[in-house]
Amino acid sequence: MNIKTLQQAFLKSIPVLAGYLTIGIGFGILMRNAGYGVFWTIAMSVFIYAGSMQYVGVTLLTASASILTTAITTIMVNTRHLFYSISMIDTYKDAGAYKPYMIFALTDETYSLLSDGKTPDDIDASQYRFLVSLFNHSYWIIGSILGNILGSVLPFPTTGIEFSMTALFIASFVEQWLTTKNHMPAIIGLVCTILSLLIFGRENFLIPAMLFITLALTLIRNRMEDTI
Amino acid sequence: MNSAILILTMSLVTIFLRFLPFLILKKEPPAYISYLGKVLPPAIIAMLVIFCLKDMTILAYPYALSEIIAAACVIVAQVWKRNSIMSILIGTIVYMILIQIIFV
Repeated sequence: MNIKTLQQAFLKSIPVLAGYLTIGIGFGILMRNAGYGVFWTIAMSVFIYAGSMQYVGVTLLTASASILTTAITTIMVNTRHLFYSISMIDTYKDAGAYKPYMIFALTDETYSLLSDGKTPDDIDASQYRFLVSLFNHSYWIIGSILGNILGSVLPFPTTGIEFSMTALFIASFVEQWLTTKNHMPAIIGLVCTILSLLIFGRENFLIPAMLFITLALTLIRNRMEDTI
Repeated sequence: MNSAILILTMSLVTIFLRFLPFLILKKEPPAYISYLGKVLPPAIIAMLVIFCLKDMTILAYPYALSEIIAAACVIVAQVWKRNSIMSILIGTIVYMILIQIIFV
């Protein structure tokens, strides 16, 4: 392991450090409030390693959801990872032994750091990307452990901390809105989901919403292709 | 035991999604898939916002005011500073204060 590569990878990962610690702590507290201790928290952060899915996952665990519901919800929440992977096929093609872990650890944040395909000069690019992925994963695990342990000793009540998940999605929504020109997909997402909620009720609306969204986006494809 | 199975399910499905393109695609994905790759993420985020807000009580006191005010804070903070972590922290703190102290 080259010290310079390690150093460069750490510097690159610093923007994610603060974010993953904060959101990880939020996740750890949610798990504590739902009655799950450090063992379960670590298991989720190590083996799932997908922030929004883990927040939704707490809800699935406490509701004792079925395996089918859990699988379909995971597909919906994490579909975007398909597209991160698609766009990294070329960048990751020579990563060799590092490749499986790098694919496993391709989160939103890691993708945003590595998607430009650039790496510092004079270092092993694959090792560098592997280390950035590993640093980010470790921040996430450390954050969630901290939250899970500190959640029970905090000097104030944590009621309402679950809003951090809502805030996370609202912030992403606003950020997407500000960085895209065509807002049709976002509007379709809102309208289809609200319709689905009104028709199917709050227990069963997610799967129909996902189908409505995919159908609507497919139907307007011809009109959209020129504007995105 | 049930929790372990659900966590395993979430883990395996996530791994499957992340690996699938590397396993089946060699170079360029089909045009329809690329199109979905561009338009699905904003739509799914919108869906998740609604999913999070699905249990709001709109038609009775306090008329979901905590959620509305906290969500407005997140939106304003994000438009203003473009710093997601800060927006999330502000919104969550505002929400906790509102439901713990104001709209008890």
